[in-house]
Amino acid sequence: MQDELQQQLTQAKAAAAQATDLAALDQVRVHYLGKKGALTEHMKQLGKLSPDERPKVGAQINIIKEQVQQAIEERKLALQQAVLEARLSSESIDVTLPGRGQYSGGLHPVTRVLSRIEALFTQLGFTVEEGPEVEDDFHNFEALNIPPTHPARAMHDTFYFDAGTLLRTHTSPVQIRAMEKQQPPLRLIAPGRVYRCDYDQTHSPMFHQVEGLMVDEDVSFADLKGVLDDFLRNFFEGDFKVRFRPSYFPFTEPSAEVDVQCVMCSGRGCRSCKQTGWLEVGGCGMVHPHVFKAVGIDSERYTGFAFGMGVERLAMLRYGVNDLRLFFENDLRFLEQFR
Amino acid sequence: MKFSEQWLREWVNPAIDNDTLSAQLTMAGLEVDAVSPVADAFEGVVVGEVLQVEPHPDADKLRICQVNAGQDEVLNIVCGADNVRVGLRVPTALIGAILADDFKIKKSKLRGVESFGMLCSAKELGLAENSAGLLELPADAPVGANIREYLQLDDVTFELGLTPNRGDCLSIAGIAREVGVINHCAVTVPAIPPVQADITDSLQLKISAPADCPRYAGRVIRGINPQASTPVWMVERLRRSGIRSLGVAVDITNYLLLETGQPMHAFDLNKLKGGLDVRRARAGETLVLLNGNTVELDAETLVIADEHGPQAMAGVMGGAATAVDNNTVDIFLESAFFSPEAIVGRARRYGLHTDSSHRFERGVAHSLQGEALERASALFIQIAGGSAGPVIDVKHNEYLPVRKAIDLRRTRIKRVLGFDLPVENVEDVLVRLGMQVEAVAENWRVTPPAWRFDISIEEDLIEELMRIHGYDKLPGLRPTTILQMAPVGEGNIDTSQLRRLLVTRGYQEAITYSFVAPDLQKLLDPELEPLALANPISAEMAVMRTMLWPGLLQALVYNTNRQQERVRLFESGLRFLPARDGLLQERVIAGLIYGDVMPEQWGEPAQRADFFDLKADVEALLALAGLDREARFIAAAHPALHPGQSARIEHEGKPIGWIGSLHPVVVEKLDLPASALVFELLLEPLLRGRLPTSREISRFPAVRRDIAIVIEHSIQLDIVMDVARRGAPEILRELKLFDLYTGKGIDSGSKSLALRLTLSDDSRTLTDVEVDTAINNILTALRKELGATLRD
Repeated sequence: MQDELQQQLTQAKAAAAQATDLAALDQVRVHYLGKKGALTEHMKQLGKLSPDERPKVGAQINIIKEQVQQAIEERKLALQQAVLEARLSSESIDVTLPGRGQYSGGLHPVTRVLSRIEALFTQLGFTVEEGPEVEDDFHNFEALNIPPTHPARAMHDTFYFDAGTLLRTHTSPVQIRAMEKQQPPLRLIAPGRVYRCDYDQTHSPMFHQVEGLMVDEDVSFADLKGVLDDFLRNFFEGDFKVRFRPSYFPFTEPSAEVDVQCVMCSGRGCRSCKQTGWLEVGGCGMVHPHVFKAVGIDSERYTGFAFGMGVERLAMLRYGVNDLRLFFENDLRFLEQFR
Repeated sequence: MKFSEQWLREWVNPAIDNDTLSAQLTMAGLEVDAVSPVADAFEGVVVGEVLQVEPHPDADKLRICQVNAGQDEVLNIVCGADNVRVGLRVPTALIGAILADDFKIKKSKLRGVESFGMLCSAKELGLAENSAGLLELPADAPVGANIREYLQLDDVTFELGLTPNRGDCLSIAGIAREVGVINHCAVTVPAIPPVQADITDSLQLKISAPADCPRYAGRVIRGINPQASTPVWMVERLRRSGIRSLGVAVDITNYLLLETGQPMHAFDLNKLKGGLDVRRARAGETLVLLNGNTVELDAETLVIADEHGPQAMAGVMGGAATAVDNNTVDIFLESAFFSPEAIVGRARRYGLHTDSSHRFERGVAHSLQGEALERASALFIQIAGGSAGPVIDVKHNEYLPVRKAIDLRRTRIKRVLGFDLPVENVEDVLVRLGMQVEAVAENWRVTPPAWRFDISIEEDLIEELMRIHGYDKLPGLRPTTILQMAPVGEGNIDTSQLRRLLVTRGYQEAITYSFVAPDLQKLLDPELEPLALANPISAEMAVMRTMLWPGLLQALVYNTNRQQERVRLFESGLRFLPARDGLLQERVIAGLIYGDVMPEQWGEPAQRADFFDLKADVEALLALAGLDREARFIAAAHPALHPGQSARIEHEGKPIGWIGSLHPVVVEKLDLPASALVFELLLEPLLRGRLPTSREISRFPAVRRDIAIVIEHSIQLDIVMDVARRGAPEILRELKLFDLYTGKGIDSGSKSLALRLTLSDDSRTLTDVEVDTAINNILTALRKELGATLRD
């Protein structure tokens, strides 16, 4: 009896191990443990044994049954694992294939720069103002202290529609419009397109400027220097020096050109800065009392500063663009670099 | 303004090198654009005299010269220049000389003849860009002298980019004044003694327009030598200032212009008839200018006229008829003060810009005329001989500019600059700048000098103080202000959000010119006459766009010409619409798609984008602004668009944009390989946006039913949806098209629409009966109103 059981255990283990799939394994289970299975038959024979032997043999059979059961379970797990592995392996993909769907486009580099300028100045409570591009002579020139015969008009190669209507040559008319609308305090920047009748490698008939204006009871030239210092260092993300140079704009007095230490060579001298170590990035100054007068602001009570910067110039320095014309050709191969 | 450093140092000579000088000038607001040597770096070149010239036996163009260069022996030099001749003195590069680019002069053989040096042209010494033949030196040039010393070539030319306010620095005298102030050093005016009148000849001078010309001075000089040539030092100074030598009279007036800033003019006295009158031109008068052009003068133009009529355009250019020429022996030398207002813009009106008009426009000191006249007469007599008549000086004092005193407040200096300037510096700086300064209590009363036309208010003085104190010493401060929030509409959206949305949907932002080609503009928008520029830069950029499509389409063509097969572009900016009551400058956002829906990729069948692909992008923009439910797409024709594939977009009954496929004619005219789809939307309604509002959501389950109807092909979905919605208005929550089918099983004039209906009620669960009734109502409405049938 004992031997017979052991033999059956060995056979059952072998059968389980040989089962190659779950169905075969189930047949093994039925064969040994099913209602008419070999071990079940043994149990049925228990009644024929003496009451003394019965529990002992019964226990033995149960142990064998458990061992068969365990062998089948183990084999089942192994087979399940194999099935899963087969499935996983059949389902594996090349993860280096590119993702599907729409690719992202990108913003124009000029827009990128403008957004950055706006983000920096709005931190200081500057608002963003816009104005018309077809302007009148008053806002573009007269109110900015540039009367018709002023030699500074020759510095602006102006596009005209008729004697009094033109394409704005700078974003400064936006400061006039803002001051006409609102009494100080004023803090604004005015980004936008401007136009000059000039076209060559370094001039485009259309380009972008950003104008800034701050008017309050106590705004000084030194404040202007501080704000532009702050802006340029943050814009170029570096500890670059900023210098003011005396200059002339009819609408500011005192006036200055703004130079930043060359961001390409950190001031050592290179091609970008023509070996001077400095890059000219804009003009600025204290709002001229005549301008205040033209818009009805009391220049004894208020002082203000204004500045203007060329956006393409900043973009060229920031991204290493070497030809101004690229900005308006809209060649996708150029634009896609700014994604 | 170009000038020679040597010349400047004759006037003012601070102990600084030219790099420092250059930095100083730039930081004083006289921006130095360039500093360049007046000659190449060379050595070993001396003055040589050609003693003998013989033809070369083996070369037609070469000559064999005997040259005395002050050496022990006469040099045998082969030369190819046309102007080589006996007696000529020329720069001679000796054996061992080194010219520019390390070009060494060695003994050489030219076609078999030995040559011991080289005779040089101006170009070979870096004195000119181009030159024809040898540089001819004066007959008195000392033979053997080092050319660098003889011509004083160890010098640099400064080129200043002066701002229009600094007319006072358009001269050696003016720059010297500034350099003197900056360096605290004295300026020495080279002394030229006044010229005594040897003769009594005079000229009748009359000023009929005294406001335009408050002062007109001049003198007669007779008997000058018409053959006299300009001395080499003067030729060199003129050259270093960018002015060519054109003959003694012109050279002397140009020299004075450069030195003092006073433009002068020499008339040939014998070509003048009667006296001179400074007056406005009369209608119909013409003048042949020195440059040969004939101009018709207008009544705004100031002229110098004799009995025959205008002989010069005052302060701009002389006339040809009375110009000095090679035979001129008697001259009348003019030195006048024309007011800037009388000259400004006049030259430009005639397409002229001269050294003279440049200075008069910006302002010439009215105190300068006498001195300049004296210096010019002295130079004339020194160089060309002759005798001078008395100085004639007609002045209308009441019209001469008066410099008004300006009050300068100590407190204002601090307020404008933001920091305290040392008080003792204030007076010192202003006085050094030539101002009269009077202390008044705490403050000052300041009168600027005659040469400064740019100082009339307190701020002008403050700038001068800052400028001389040094802009580099300006501290940077942080402004302080009152903190106050500005109202922000929550519903409002920003253009940048719209841009970002298009970028995520695969668009690349473009920026195109606001002025476009008139024919393209007309092709796309023929009904509107665009605003035209009076002075366009080219015919391709002549009119203002009335829509953004011309620029975007040009960009598309540019890119398809460069092998791009899929293009998605957008732009935002102004369009310019001429309207009855003026020009409308409206902000719009516009886009274009061309090529496949998706970028070329694996696992996605290529499919060309159509109207509905673009519409999805437009709907996304509208949705961002909260307008997607309200905006309507109305089938409508647009000249640029395919009539069967275009729609006007309306919001609250007003048009806010267009969308469509390009009209085949446009595609053909642009020579595009395939059609593109475009849209344009007004920004204003989008930016207004909408504040979200919440409504209750039903707690009860919704019922979903799908129906498919067959309907006449031409009936638009919008109409079907409207009818369906009206069929069960209370409980129909959502209505969606989920399939559109034409083809097998459907009559050719019909289409099948599959609609998904979602029904629910806020207060209870709908019964089957209610749902069935609602669906039936909807189907009935569709059948009755549109002839729709339920598809089996």
